[in-house]
Amino acid sequence: MKITRYLLLAGLVFLYFPLLVLVIYSFNESRLVTIWTEFSVKWYLELLEDRQLMDAFFLSLQIACSTAFMSVLLGTIAAYVLVKLGRFPGQTLFSSMIIAPLVMPEVITGLSLLLLFVGLGNWLGWPASRGAMTIWIAHVTFSVAFVTIVITSRLREMDSSLEEAAMDLGATPLKVFFVITLPLISPALISGWLLAFTLSLDDLVIASFVSGPGSSTLPMVIYSSVRLGVSPKINALATIFVGLILVGSFVFWWSMQRWARYSAAKTPGQQ
Amino acid sequence: MKGVFAHKFWVVVWPYIWMLVFFALPFGFILKISLAESMIAMPPYSDIWSWSDGHFTWLGSFDNYRFLLEDDLYYLAYFNSLRLAAVSTVLCLFVAYPMAYGISRMEEPYRSLFLLLVILPSWTSFLIRIYAWIGLLKTNGLVNHFFMSVGLVDEPLTMLHSDFAIYLGIVYGYLPFMILPIYANLMKLDHSLIEAGYDLGARPWKVFLTIILPLSMSGVVAGCFLVFIPAVGEFIIPELLGGPDTLMIGKVLWQEFFVNRDWPVASAIAVVMLTFLIIPIYFYRRLEMKQLGVGE
Amino acid sequence: MNDAEVQYAVEVVNLSKHFDDVAAVDQVDLKINKGEIFALLGGSGCGKTTLLRMLAGFEKPSLGDIKINGVSVLNSPPYQRPVNMMFQSYALFPHMTVEQNIAFGLKQDKLPAAQIVARVTEVLGLVQMEKFRSRKPAQLSGGQQQRVALARSLAKKPALLLLDEPMGALDKKLRMQMQLELANIIESVGVTCVMVTHDQEEAMTMADRIAIMDQGRIMQVGQPREIYEFPNSKLTAEFIGSINLFKAVVTGGELTCAELPGQVVAGEANAVFEGPCYVALRPEKIRLDAARNLDATNCAAGKVNDIAYLGSHNVIHVRLDAGAGQGKIVQVHVSNFARHATQTFDFEQPVVLSWDRDAVVLIKADQP
Repeated sequence: MKITRYLLLAGLVFLYFPLLVLVIYSFNESRLVTIWTEFSVKWYLELLEDRQLMDAFFLSLQIACSTAFMSVLLGTIAAYVLVKLGRFPGQTLFSSMIIAPLVMPEVITGLSLLLLFVGLGNWLGWPASRGAMTIWIAHVTFSVAFVTIVITSRLREMDSSLEEAAMDLGATPLKVFFVITLPLISPALISGWLLAFTLSLDDLVIASFVSGPGSSTLPMVIYSSVRLGVSPKINALATIFVGLILVGSFVFWWSMQRWARYSAAKTPGQQ
Repeated sequence: MKGVFAHKFWVVVWPYIWMLVFFALPFGFILKISLAESMIAMPPYSDIWSWSDGHFTWLGSFDNYRFLLEDDLYYLAYFNSLRLAAVSTVLCLFVAYPMAYGISRMEEPYRSLFLLLVILPSWTSFLIRIYAWIGLLKTNGLVNHFFMSVGLVDEPLTMLHSDFAIYLGIVYGYLPFMILPIYANLMKLDHSLIEAGYDLGARPWKVFLTIILPLSMSGVVAGCFLVFIPAVGEFIIPELLGGPDTLMIGKVLWQEFFVNRDWPVASAIAVVMLTFLIIPIYFYRRLEMKQLGVGE
Repeated sequence: MNDAEVQYAVEVVNLSKHFDDVAAVDQVDLKINKGEIFALLGGSGCGKTTLLRMLAGFEKPSLGDIKINGVSVLNSPPYQRPVNMMFQSYALFPHMTVEQNIAFGLKQDKLPAAQIVARVTEVLGLVQMEKFRSRKPAQLSGGQQQRVALARSLAKKPALLLLDEPMGALDKKLRMQMQLELANIIESVGVTCVMVTHDQEEAMTMADRIAIMDQGRIMQVGQPREIYEFPNSKLTAEFIGSINLFKAVVTGGELTCAELPGQVVAGEANAVFEGPCYVALRPEKIRLDAARNLDATNCAAGKVNDIAYLGSHNVIHVRLDAGAGQGKIVQVHVSNFARHATQTFDFEQPVVLSWDRDAVVLIKADQP
């Protein structure tokens, strides 16, 4: 059906038009976002001088990186358990806890985690204060769900006879996991890592609940500036974001295409 | 067999403990605090029981829930959230389905390129993407500028701070979550079924209604859950695009917590929201497990 | 349209299909009679499936025309052609019952409900699946699914029935049984049928006529017997059954075979031509005897190289002795008439091969 092509293009225009406007006006000299005066990069320079913003950026980066690693670690185990180990006691509870964070409204997750941290802090003395550590825990908790889904679908697609072959050739289960399974699901591990990284970098609501004084993440700083209205500085920041993601993704897509063609050329007989 | 079980146990235990402590246990705390009373202290709530000299005293109350019932603000906020989320979900479906279908019918490498184009925006900041609409929808924003310069309207339209802006924001923000499961389902669809439909005399539109749509239904339902459930508790969209009188329960909870600093009432709001959502979440989980092909 | 005027159910005229400069189907002409089961036989990538899909309307030809009952269907989309197809995967709608699957096509014609029910019952009876009418496809075995798929494609009484690798999804044992059953049902209905297969046995069992395809072209069209006994090219000879080929040449009407000792004499049924050719001998048409004196014509000596016991017959590979064709391996089939074979062969036993002149097929060697 031809019409779906046009609707698809219309949908893409809908998705990208606001971002395009954002990018264009980040180079506008004027503070007013709707009137174009002249080309300027002054908002970018101001961005670099904003210490609060830069601090928040580095904090977010740290949290996002460590969130991604922990989520992939837990997500891999969780996916392996779901796919390979069959039934076990408490499986329903386990799968519910893995799936539910995908759709759980952020305000609920944020509030409940804060109450947990406060409660535990009073009761056990841990965590003594809230900050990067509690944000990290919160981010891992909801990222694990996404990572688990990504890895689970990859594990399901994987030909289990490869593992059986390795086992048949004398590899222990642990060896099989590290030498066969892990390399085969590595694309899913990478996408899971990137997914957890962007989810963490993106989160405003949950971080707002569980962060403490002095630990503001980038979205929190952006939010406090955005609620006061449109600011060209935020446009500049958004442009950097969009630019990085766009370039990164296209490099990724392009290399995947190259890789696909390369491996297709190496294995004749397969289309 | 004991050895195998022990091996299983040590593998399963880590994510299990993590999710138990940081995902399940907090609901216990929310439930507990919702029964407490707000007070000026740190933390700002009372105990719901006391234990002294071997005496157990129950101090909790359902006052917070009673309070939610008495003030129609909360009732309206819940109702509004469900309504806005439901309408936006349907709108989102209508935008997403043709897009997912269009991509699924493409040839490689264009298919993966267009899929990437659809997902890409969601990798940039959600906050920034919603913020982008402020400049467009404002009374003196770009859209109004455009409309007035082509003579479509004489006076600027009020688009920001309205239900319209909320619908737009939810559709815009959650579009990839609707497209992806539908796309995944359409990709699984055996193309010869569509050809068989044509072969037996069904016209394209009929083939769509009788074969493609029913067979991609589980993707549609999964997409609807993925949009509807989080949208009910959405905070950023009503905060940035909605008006001061836009009532959505996520925003009310936020204000209760951050502005009024009434943690017990915020907790009670969360508990009530959760009871609304527990059924859709349950069905979503079943669907997701089935899609993943994980045994139940 | 007067039936007597239209001779053929299907006419394919100079049909070609190009995919990016590659001709998947190359200038094909075919005439298919009414009520005939016609098989397109060839290896993968020979263009048989593309040809079938053009008949169904799923591919648009690059050149040429397709007429069904004398009317060009080139501009009709698949849903308007009087053609129904049984898909290789059966393509049964998984969300509909057997009954709903079969009724699907009839509903598109907006037939009255009672008529639909009657027709569904009729075709279900035809394939003996009445008992399963309210089952879903997933609850049926492979053979049952195939019957439903056939019933569905017969329900609309198409002018042309297409079968795409009809036995492709069945296991070997079931194939033999279903081949005959399917052919019987199709013949009893009297529908014209074009089937695609890569399995020569399937084509020979089911079809009235066979077209051998290679690289988008039709190599030979004929009844199974004709194609087997009189292959017109090396390719068809090798594709159907097994065959021994010996390089030869005809000069001035005289046949000289460089790969066989002695003189080779061919029967009169062969075409008369000049130039390089092959002497082709089917393995079952060669006699095998213990060592004896050689005849003057159509005879060769050798030693047993390999023996395979296949139950119904033995396949014996004979290595030719010194002289023309030394060392060449010739395949011979020896039937097992009796349980205790009177004549047995051992490895390296000297033997003599001989054959009738009518067994010799001469194939022109102009096609590689």
